[in-house]
Amino acid sequence: MTAALALGDDALVLSHRLGEWAGHAPVLEEEVALANIALDLLGQARVLLSLVGDEDELAYLREERAFRNVQLVEQPNGDFAHTIARQLYFSTYQQQLYDRLARGDGPFAPLAAKAVKEVAYHRDHAEHWTLRLGDGTAESHERMRRGLEALWRFTGELFEPVEGCEVDWTALHDEWLARITAVLDRATLTVPEGPRRGAWAAGAGRQGVHTEPFGRMLAEMQHLHRSHPGASW
Amino acid sequence: MSSGTSGEWPLWEVFVRGRRGLSHTHAGSLHAPDAEMALRSARDLYTRRSEGVSIWVVPSNRITASSPDEKDPFFEPAADKPYRHPTFYEIPEGVRHL
Repeated sequence: MTAALALGDDALVLSHRLGEWAGHAPVLEEEVALANIALDLLGQARVLLSLVGDEDELAYLREERAFRNVQLVEQPNGDFAHTIARQLYFSTYQQQLYDRLARGDGPFAPLAAKAVKEVAYHRDHAEHWTLRLGDGTAESHERMRRGLEALWRFTGELFEPVEGCEVDWTALHDEWLARITAVLDRATLTVPEGPRRGAWAAGAGRQGVHTEPFGRMLAEMQHLHRSHPGASW
Repeated sequence: MSSGTSGEWPLWEVFVRGRRGLSHTHAGSLHAPDAEMALRSARDLYTRRSEGVSIWVVPSNRITASSPDEKDPFFEPAADKPYRHPTFYEIPEGVRHL
């Protein structure tokens, strides 16, 4: 169940990051939009992690090295443009991956068929904001550009084949890049040119190697459950 | 964005149609930079619990509303003309859905 853990952790961790915007988003409407996306992802995570074991134990009691999410989703929110850049990279990837899984006959086909509609909306949301920020004011353009540049080195890992997902990863990558390029063109932005992987840790989230901010995120996410095991309301 | 406030964005009125065959009903309002984003925010704010099959958004400043000052000339004359109301019919027994 390597794949369920990988995809489930992607959804869980990104959900938590997006949830951190609650109370901090630039406008109320966006706060609700980001929270809705976070809840969609949490729903996906619950289904996927339940395939592996007890969802609460997996979410709240695992150590950092046991998480199999890509490093992209654990990156801190930064400013709004930074979050949108992360959303654009990830939701484009997730939609294309789930679309392929939904058309296949693997164990994830039913889940993917349901989730792909949610994810299509997440991508739509990210694309609309990318267009508005990129083709907006000089400052919004610059912030969007910075977000895209900063996260670019975490995009190589997305296309590492995940054991148990029978998809053509090369085709997935090419389709992803074509889509990202088209959106950034329209937004008067350019596709970053730097390396797709960092010099040290980037590119190993699927093996349990994570970046420094992830530990702090987990501490916050797991704190309540670890302090009060089995707490509920 | 961090210093932005919703006051800088125009206000939109949201109308949601709950089911096929019904009319669009005013659901509320929201701030958005343009119509496309207003539609998306409306979807998130007003149709999350499957309330709708169709959404309209209208810039609030494009709505011409009757003013409270004109309430009397607008609506008062209708109040003392009971013959305009279909209340003088005997409803035959057995007629339902009236």
